[in-house]
Amino acid sequence: MATDTAHDDHAHHTPTGWRRWLLSTNHKDIGTLYLVFAIFAGFVGGAVSMGMRIELAEPGMQFFPWIAEYIAGADDPVNAGKHLFNVFTTAHGLIMVFFMVMPALIGGFGNWFVPLMIGAPDMAFPRMNNISFWMVPPAMLLLVISMFMDGPSGFTGTGGGWTIYPPLSTSGQPGPAMDFAIFALHMAGAASILGAINIITTIFNMRAPGMTIHKMPLFVWSMLVTAFLLLLSMPVLAGAITMLLTDRNFGTAFFDPSGGGDPILFQHLFWFFGHPEVYIMILPAFGIVSQVVATFSKKAVFGYMAMAYAMSAIGFVGFVVWAHHMYTVGMDVDTQAYFVFATMVIAVPTGVKIFSWIATMWGGSVEFKVPMLWAVGFIFVFTVGGVTGVVLANAAADRIMHDTYYVVAHFHYVLSLGAVFGIFCGWYYWFPKMSGYMYSEAIGRIHFIVTMIGVNLLFFPQHFLGLAGMPRRYVDYPDVYAGWNMVSSIGAYISYGAALIFIFGVWKAFRDKVPAGNNPWGEYADTLEWTLSSPPPFHQFSTLPKIK
Amino acid sequence: MAVFFAISGLFSTSLALAGENDYGIASEWQMDTQAPATDLMANMISFHNLLLWIIGLVVLFVTILLLIIIFKYNAKANPVPAKFTHNTFIEIVWTVLPIMILVVIAIPSFDLLYKQRVIPEPDFTIKVTGNQWYWSYEYPDHDDIAFDSVLIPEDELQEGQLRLLSVDNEVIVPVNKTVRLIVTGADVIHAWTIPSFGVKIDTIPGRLNEAWFKANREGIYYGQCSELCGKDHAFMPIAVRVVSDEEFAKWVEEAKVKFASAPSIQQIKVASFSAAE
Repeated sequence: MATDTAHDDHAHHTPTGWRRWLLSTNHKDIGTLYLVFAIFAGFVGGAVSMGMRIELAEPGMQFFPWIAEYIAGADDPVNAGKHLFNVFTTAHGLIMVFFMVMPALIGGFGNWFVPLMIGAPDMAFPRMNNISFWMVPPAMLLLVISMFMDGPSGFTGTGGGWTIYPPLSTSGQPGPAMDFAIFALHMAGAASILGAINIITTIFNMRAPGMTIHKMPLFVWSMLVTAFLLLLSMPVLAGAITMLLTDRNFGTAFFDPSGGGDPILFQHLFWFFGHPEVYIMILPAFGIVSQVVATFSKKAVFGYMAMAYAMSAIGFVGFVVWAHHMYTVGMDVDTQAYFVFATMVIAVPTGVKIFSWIATMWGGSVEFKVPMLWAVGFIFVFTVGGVTGVVLANAAADRIMHDTYYVVAHFHYVLSLGAVFGIFCGWYYWFPKMSGYMYSEAIGRIHFIVTMIGVNLLFFPQHFLGLAGMPRRYVDYPDVYAGWNMVSSIGAYISYGAALIFIFGVWKAFRDKVPAGNNPWGEYADTLEWTLSSPPPFHQFSTLPKIK
Repeated sequence: MAVFFAISGLFSTSLALAGENDYGIASEWQMDTQAPATDLMANMISFHNLLLWIIGLVVLFVTILLLIIIFKYNAKANPVPAKFTHNTFIEIVWTVLPIMILVVIAIPSFDLLYKQRVIPEPDFTIKVTGNQWYWSYEYPDHDDIAFDSVLIPEDELQEGQLRLLSVDNEVIVPVNKTVRLIVTGADVIHAWTIPSFGVKIDTIPGRLNEAWFKANREGIYYGQCSELCGKDHAFMPIAVRVVSDEEFAKWVEEAKVKFASAPSIQQIKVASFSAAE
């Protein structure tokens, strides 16, 4: 493969400087852009959540009135602070979902490794790849601008939550802040649809000779299922928020009961997107963990076919369970019973995946290097988040927990911990391939341990708060909830510290420049990216590899 | 952590039942649900305890497997990896066994769901309207008593009142009577809940939702708005006082006088809203 670079240099001049990045049509450069952007957005979204945990560390309102008064210069700091808290919860959710997890997993690792793993020279539509990245930073900019536009009368920013339910997002927020947030979602959504089309086309048409669909690495499988989920669910969100936009600005009444509309219609549309969206965020992590577990156990993955089709089943069933987010809206009891049933069905393929990972490790010769630590950590936290999902799936039990911190704990265990552990797992696994440098094993371990302690301290007590009845999205809470909230906030500070350790580790790796070699993980890292140099040449596989 | 989770279920149930004062409000460091004040909530708690045992054992099982891998199958202890990648029997087991566990969960789950949502014949009805940011109540079966229930601000709290929970006008209901709630929202979506009753229902503009409860124990019970509704979402609590029949009858007579004199603007708005439907 080493000859590829020399050959390509005749045909292409490798672009340099800003042209290399802004005009890039190279899947690896675009993947890098996505990853850098995701790290940046992760720190922004994390800082926003730090603000919330500082406020919630003690009962009473302290931090947000202070920000409102001294940073935003509000006349009425207490009320401005209350609204600002809602702006923060909204921004945290949207940033983490659309600008951190999705860019990292799909744009970042998907772009980088789908072509490498299937033996393709690049993505199918390189220019579309460029635009699908470059729509994302302006989308985030629109969201940030919305925080400074007028929202509800007298305040700035949109405080409708990431779920933007009307009428709170229509008559409840008359100012242009919500319109900016809607445009941000439109742009991020359009970018995702373009990316999904690119991934599907690449996987269907550009596999190397011999790479049948049932020989694809599981990460590629996970990206294929994810791309289909994106392609089918994002247009529904786009439609829903466009209707929201016309309700707000052009006198329609899709969601306005005084004009014959129905606020619950929006919830159905939103969650028809929103539930597949949570699988969009976790499936790529499944794929990464499958690769890592097999590599470091020195075994082939257990039950490959079951793993691939379990992901497909999760993706399929994920489309018919959306209203389990809506058990308290007053749906017909038979409808609720259906959604209980359908939701619990998802536990079965999810269980297949958990047990197959364990079976892959079983009997293996497991090396607990940093990526493997994250993978094992993933399996644990995802199991905890998964089983509380089964609790919440039961409408009869959800009646107590709906909109409490129990729900917050559940979806942070599967996303903030699950998806993010998946991201770090992929980061440490592929960092040597992407950069050509080896990271510091010691710092990677410290990063993992501190994160594991921090996030569990942060989110586990929130189960208790939720069961005891503390509602979510509360800027202040009755004094009895003080204890666990303090514990949770301490966990949050530790977690943010862990993120700083991560950045230090990255900086150190680039400073020390320890060469990683083509394949630092040994013969069981047997996917095609490990046959290339580290970092891979600017264009690879000019001669397509043959798969036996 | 898994063990902790399972044990917490055992511990906190007994903790929550420890003192009379724990009814209607959480206690400090509470780890489980609030104590039940309806038979339905008692059922929900036992259902949740069943779930807690199952999920606790699942997490414990997975954790034990991971620990075995960490100690027995690490590279030092087991230098030569096994080669197997399939085992049809075990794959069938881990597909069928979860299905059976889910059936065990589903049977009480559906039973309880229908108990919650099939509204029994009520003794009387209360209409609840969620507003930004307070609650309005009407008693159509008691001469249309109507009043607003607003949070008592922190600086006006009297002795014994609770920050963020006590309100100026509590909902008063008699013990052991089936109360039907008809709920709606005046501006945006709110959610009415009393954790001890096992009731939570969204109050949605343009829609009438139904819920019910039959409190089996006198006392005061608190809940808090449970659907994001704007700036003061955290500042519109719900307080229900369950009293004896005699006290309730006495309150009804007093309330007719007390709330007749000064109908608030909101009540007029709600009345016209109902008429329009």
